[in-house]
Amino acid sequence: MSPQLLSLVTLWAAAALYAIAMVAWSIRLSRVADERIQARQGAGAASSTTAEAAAPAKERVAVGGGDDAAVAAMASGATSFVVDDGDETDLPRRSGADRALGAARAAMYSGLLLHLVGLIARGLDSGHVPWSNMYEYTITGSFVAVAVFGIVQARRDWTFLGAGVTGFATIALGIGLTVLYAESTGLRPALQSFWLVIHVAIAIISTGVFIVAAVATTLQLLQYERTDGERELTGGAIRRLGIRVRNGLARWTQRATWFEAIPSAQKLEAVAFRLNAVGFVLWTFTVMAGAVWAEHAWGRYWGWDPKEVWSFVIWVLYAAYLHARTTQGWLGRRSAWLSIAAFVALIMNFTVVNLFFQGLHTYA
Amino acid sequence: MARMKIDNYAIADAPRLGVKGWGRWMWRQVTSMRVALILLLLLALASIPGSVLPQWPQNAANTRAFIEQNGWWGRFLDATGFLDVFGSAWFTAIYVLLFASLIGCILPRVRVYWRNLRSPVPPVPARLDRYENRDEAETADVAAAFESARSHLIRRPASSLLGWRVRVDERPSRQEGVETELALSANGEGLRELGNLIFHLSLVGILAAVAVGSLLTYRGQAIIVEGDSFTNSVVDYDSFSSGNLFRESSLEPFRLTLDELDAAFNVQGLAEDFTAHVTLQEPETDPVSTQIQVNRPLQVDGGKIYLQGNGYAPEITVVDSDGNVAFSDAVPYLPQDGVYTSTGVVKVPDVTSGEQLGFLATLLPTAADNGETLVSAHPDLANPMMLLRGYSGDLGLDTGIPQNVYVLDESQLSPMRDEAGNVWSVALVPGQTVELPDGLGTFTWNDTPRYGAFDLRADPSLPWLLAASIGALVGLALSLFAPRRRLWLVAPLTPAAGGETTVVRAAIMAPAHDAGAVDEMRRVLDAATGRVRRVEEE
Ligand code: HEM
Repeated sequence: MSPQLLSLVTLWAAAALYAIAMVAWSIRLSRVADERIQARQGAGAASSTTAEAAAPAKERVAVGGGDDAAVAAMASGATSFVVDDGDETDLPRRSGADRALGAARAAMYSGLLLHLVGLIARGLDSGHVPWSNMYEYTITGSFVAVAVFGIVQARRDWTFLGAGVTGFATIALGIGLTVLYAESTGLRPALQSFWLVIHVAIAIISTGVFIVAAVATTLQLLQYERTDGERELTGGAIRRLGIRVRNGLARWTQRATWFEAIPSAQKLEAVAFRLNAVGFVLWTFTVMAGAVWAEHAWGRYWGWDPKEVWSFVIWVLYAAYLHARTTQGWLGRRSAWLSIAAFVALIMNFTVVNLFFQGLHTYA
Repeated sequence: MARMKIDNYAIADAPRLGVKGWGRWMWRQVTSMRVALILLLLLALASIPGSVLPQWPQNAANTRAFIEQNGWWGRFLDATGFLDVFGSAWFTAIYVLLFASLIGCILPRVRVYWRNLRSPVPPVPARLDRYENRDEAETADVAAAFESARSHLIRRPASSLLGWRVRVDERPSRQEGVETELALSANGEGLRELGNLIFHLSLVGILAAVAVGSLLTYRGQAIIVEGDSFTNSVVDYDSFSSGNLFRESSLEPFRLTLDELDAAFNVQGLAEDFTAHVTLQEPETDPVSTQIQVNRPLQVDGGKIYLQGNGYAPEITVVDSDGNVAFSDAVPYLPQDGVYTSTGVVKVPDVTSGEQLGFLATLLPTAADNGETLVSAHPDLANPMMLLRGYSGDLGLDTGIPQNVYVLDESQLSPMRDEAGNVWSVALVPGQTVELPDGLGTFTWNDTPRYGAFDLRADPSLPWLLAASIGALVGLALSLFAPRRRLWLVAPLTPAAGGETTVVRAAIMAPAHDAGAVDEMRRVLDAATGRVRRVEEE
């Protein structure tokens, strides 16, 4: 089998496995939610908040008591069981949810493996690292996103991100393989550089990290709508439309059982912050490495070419997000929206900017 | 009482200020933080037009065309700085304000940080049970336990700067039946704060380096045909620009000869490699042969020489109507596309008699007939062909206005015509000589060397810029990932009456997202009391 064919076959297989993983993660999420609800109802007359707090403690006892359950817990990743922090993610592990977790992990990690094979085959086929045009950027970026999630998931249970991340990767791979696909070619001389490898590799890794963070932030914003509930329709037409949309989201999240298994907004904010912080440091490095590369290749470290402008805008928006978190009245919703804005700019940078703006970076 | 939260810079030195001072200080910080936030958002917003609209410094030709196409709207955008966003007054105002705010915000923090570093660690709070994360363990020898806790905390050199600062007090106890207690207070906030300060100061450093660099920099472009050479002086450059503080006398008069330019293309005509083989002669040293590649500039005289472009420079000889050689030189042609369809202009002012001559030529490196016209199929010289048209008249060179060598001013020229009265045009191949109409002379294409377009740029600020960037990166990583924790241990100095052991109580304060804090507290307590825990307990 030629490397090219191998690459295509394994990448399509990875996309399919991610789709399966996404379904399994969703099932896992709703099973966990069901069990939470049952636990709460089982707690009887106690008010719902205390019951919710009590539920995880009971689960622990149950798991500690039965040998079978303990074995199941080990099989499903004993490490995460130990490192679990906070009651919110202390998801109960019982057969239904566990089977789904097992399936989700199996599908995701084998997808990741095939994805890696696909990337290496592409690299062999083209004779250079597989991140030099939009197709390659997409397949590598989605790989990193799943890998980041996979690494975190091996240490602590972040089930609630699973469906989002694998879903994103499925779509990204699908679009990559159908719309963006490009035969491999040699590199233009301007791209033959150690700094290409560094700059673009780190750019992709930080994009992957930002993707996972953005999924967490989206859940955080939905969680706000859910806890706020529906509100009255007032004001002008645009305001009313806004309220309608938010009410719709509130209704949907309240009705969806799987949302029971989603951690609180604060917890999600903390998760997103940690990821965004990592992503931001990597992005800072990306921009700096890009400047070094530009200095080598073009004789100027910064020239405000559209790609550079957008990298700068992204960087400034994430910096604003980090400041917003420490500014009174901005922690929470507003800083979350800022990080979403920064993420949108990030996605713009390698879609719209690559396709429609001309500049030195037009290698896509 | 509400749990104290320290995931907020505003409380970094809270214990040292009174309520009023604390409030004022926090208010000031919060307001300036808000200003910083707004300025950052403005900066992002203001940058966007710079990527959407054509910009003078990036592409003057496009910008001029844009203004012409858009009438008053284009002129309005030009006048308001939207066509040179990053040099515009409003963009400058935003970042100057931002950096003013940054400096105003960071300098007091540097002072506070420095004072904190040299002042004693704040004592242990009176009551530990206020804090959420607590633990306790028993020990028989309190003094030894505290000593091991202290040495566990300050194991590393420079620990007080980079990690924990520790103090141990003996103090009257509030606990019933206990007279004195030992209290250990450890402050592990310094590193994070240090990182934050380094980061923001480095940002100022980056801005300063860029500003100084723009004053001292110089950059020049020169085109060198294979076999020719070039001397580093302002007159020898085709174009030259420099910062306000640059002095011409600082140029070192080195000499660069282009021996050969290798260009490799694949079968489809995509560029694979460009290498300029050059000889560099610096004053008072032997000439050295070396190479310049697209990503590998040549370091010389505090600057770098980049290979920025390349093309063909056909060698042309024009003999005038009197039979004298009026022109003989290599003329750089400008590539117009990926297959090096190149256009060139030959100006022949020095004819013995009669009108001046001018030529417009198109070079097709690999000429092929696509059914309608001749096009180039590949950038290599596989089947070179030149399409030529001639003009006679006044080239307009004597007006004193500098002319673009790549443009023929046709206002006072008329095209050469053949006997039938049609515009004269021929296709020729290398080595061929064609007769010009009306006995105006001959045009010979002798050979086709390549030329390289070189760009020399010197910017003495680069090492400083790099240093400041590395500082920013390291500072940022510290400021985001170094923990920010306060840890306390308290125990009665002697066991309670009848008991053999005392209970050491511990508490730790850390931002909510700091998952490792509780672990660290437990480890310190383990080290102090010799407690052995089962792993599951974690
Ligand atoms: C050039 C513009 C600026 C950029 C790019 C920038 C960037 C950043 C970044 C990335 C952080 C995150 C590091 C962390 O959370 O510890 C940060 C934190 C911080 N910045 Fe800035 N900053 C800028 C201007 C300012 C200004 C004008 C102020 C003054 C109000 C300021 C005050 C702070 C403070 C106090 C923190 C620490 C927040 C904390 O404790 O987490 N910064 N800055």
